[in-house]
Amino acid sequence: MESLYHFAPFTGYAYPNESVIPWTVLIVVYPYLTGLVAGAFTVSSLYHVFGMEQFKPVGKLALLTALCFMIIVPVPLLLHLGHPERAFNALITPHWTSAFVMFGYMAGFYVVLLLLENWFVFRPDVVRLAREKKGMMGWCCRVLCLGSYDVSAKAMHYDRKWIFALAVIGIPAAHGLHGYVGFVFGSLKSREWWSSDLMPAIFLFSAVISGVALLTALYVLSCWLRRIPVDLKCLKGLAYTLWGFLMFTLVLEGVEFGSLVYKAREGTEMILEYVTGPLIVTFFILQFAIGAVTPVVLLTFMIWRGTTGKALVAGVTLSACLVLFSVFMMRWNVVIGGQEISKTGQGLLEYQLPIFHREGLVAAVAVLVAPLLLLWGMARLLPPWEQNAPSPPSVGNIAGGV
Amino acid sequence: MKPDNKTSFAARRAFLRKLGRTAACAGAAVGGGALGVMQTVAAKSEPASSQQSSLIPDYDWTKHQWAFGVDATKCIGCLRCVEACKVENNVSRDPHHFRTWVERYVYLEGEDRPRIDSQHDPVNIAASGSGGEYRFANRYQDAKVEKAFFVPKLCNQCTHPPCVQVCPTGATYKTVDGVVLIDHKYCIGCQYCVQACPYGARFFNYEKHVTDKCTWCYHRITKGLQPACVEVCPVGARIFGDLKEKQSPISQFIRNNRTRVLKPETGNAPNVFYVGLDKDVL
Repeated sequence: MESLYHFAPFTGYAYPNESVIPWTVLIVVYPYLTGLVAGAFTVSSLYHVFGMEQFKPVGKLALLTALCFMIIVPVPLLLHLGHPERAFNALITPHWTSAFVMFGYMAGFYVVLLLLENWFVFRPDVVRLAREKKGMMGWCCRVLCLGSYDVSAKAMHYDRKWIFALAVIGIPAAHGLHGYVGFVFGSLKSREWWSSDLMPAIFLFSAVISGVALLTALYVLSCWLRRIPVDLKCLKGLAYTLWGFLMFTLVLEGVEFGSLVYKAREGTEMILEYVTGPLIVTFFILQFAIGAVTPVVLLTFMIWRGTTGKALVAGVTLSACLVLFSVFMMRWNVVIGGQEISKTGQGLLEYQLPIFHREGLVAAVAVLVAPLLLLWGMARLLPPWEQNAPSPPSVGNIAGGV
Repeated sequence: MKPDNKTSFAARRAFLRKLGRTAACAGAAVGGGALGVMQTVAAKSEPASSQQSSLIPDYDWTKHQWAFGVDATKCIGCLRCVEACKVENNVSRDPHHFRTWVERYVYLEGEDRPRIDSQHDPVNIAASGSGGEYRFANRYQDAKVEKAFFVPKLCNQCTHPPCVQVCPTGATYKTVDGVVLIDHKYCIGCQYCVQACPYGARFFNYEKHVTDKCTWCYHRITKGLQPACVEVCPVGARIFGDLKEKQSPISQFIRNNRTRVLKPETGNAPNVFYVGLDKDVL
């Protein structure tokens, strides 16, 4: 029996059933992945909807990234379910009062939307490959063409309208999907650490920064792998976006924590004991100091000094990696942290992360790496880079600046 | 570039016009439906199971309204209720899964907060000698105890159960006679309900891979029997009965005592009524 679950040691008093932590590291990974999707989609929208031309080099990469990550999003949930084979029960007999119910529909809708938008964006490349390539690759591309080989100017114009429309619908879809994840936590009145009206907004903004950071890191990595120079205009645009949203996220998190402490409702004492005790490393040092404040300072410094060239690339990439880490720690501190504070408000539990387990460290790392592998494979099939195949110019021609 | 710009602007204008019309229609529909939706999803409006007759032979669930009483002044912490529950409901024999448990509150001289433990505390498990047997260790025998009491806990079968509200499939539901049950053949095992319960009454059944909790021994009460924990309590600290009968033990208990419920501020309207609680009871 002991191997089926891992019980959490506790101090103080925790209800007996609390000693097995219900939501594990996989439920940390799940909102992290949806956040990356929402953030990556935001960048693609900045180009496709708002016409910010500086994001052109990452426009297609952003869409492909969002798709690859979104495909993997249900995996941690399915691994977590006691009966994954019954997962569709939530779709075929939805219980509408549950915040979980919308996930299936919204995720399904969003995957279809991403598939469609990617199809339109990559259609000229697919048609070209279908005509050029032979063998398995050629066959795959011919299937992906879905019988449509027309890449005339008229057809491209028609495609652009679709891309624009899908990108517009995608903005509320992507952000709604992630805001809802925040609602799943924020709407629970059983835990003071989660029960906050600001939770959906915090999840949303941290999602945007994580997605922008991911794209920055992926873009710089892809340039390095392809041995081409980084487009500094694009990188600067990403840096500004990251900088702005990061400051806003920090303010939101500060306001939330401040109001929790200020209201000082029942159980706040235990929360304070927790954040100044076991959580001091993961919350204050890793999430805030290293993951959020350092990149804010670094980005501010670079923007102030007008840093450019290799120093800018290094600085922005480092900031992006730190933000990616910070947002993961934020998810950890919310999901695991919330469960480590007992519902009694009189005890603290200590989550045990197993290594080899269906919900263990190896499984979580595999789920995190899977979308990157998928993206690598997809990028081999459909290179999202600009110089290989010029993408259709965005419909929005407003020369926006961040 | 110019003609292209024009086309794209024209296309965008046309699209926005369509979008505007769609949004107006959608807005009207959403506005109309919003009131209905709010009624449906609000925690307070969680309806009882819509089925008007239970599937149990010779039992009409519309004729009963079950409720539970706990007289904390009588409990002696013998834990026979916990033992009976584990046997009756085949609950895993370990110190992490309980359908019912007993908490001990001890106020020591010079301390302003009580020391709280339950049978799952490592000290108590060490005293019982096994994770499958339960007793309270005599850990305060050398201390100066000012006040001490026991509080039995179990599922509150709330009138507005947050666990039912969050269940994505409807596998957990409120019966007409006032008990919250789980359909183990339909539960997907997401544990959202475990999170939503503020009383820690729910746990994950690792043998069936579904969530589990106290049902007030629904299989017994629908046959006219008492829940196992009530049956074995040697001091009558647990009281059970039908609120629809004026002379039932629970009706008398609620009528003759000033009762209170746990965590009333949650708005869940629990149906376990307590007598003899102290302000520090969680």
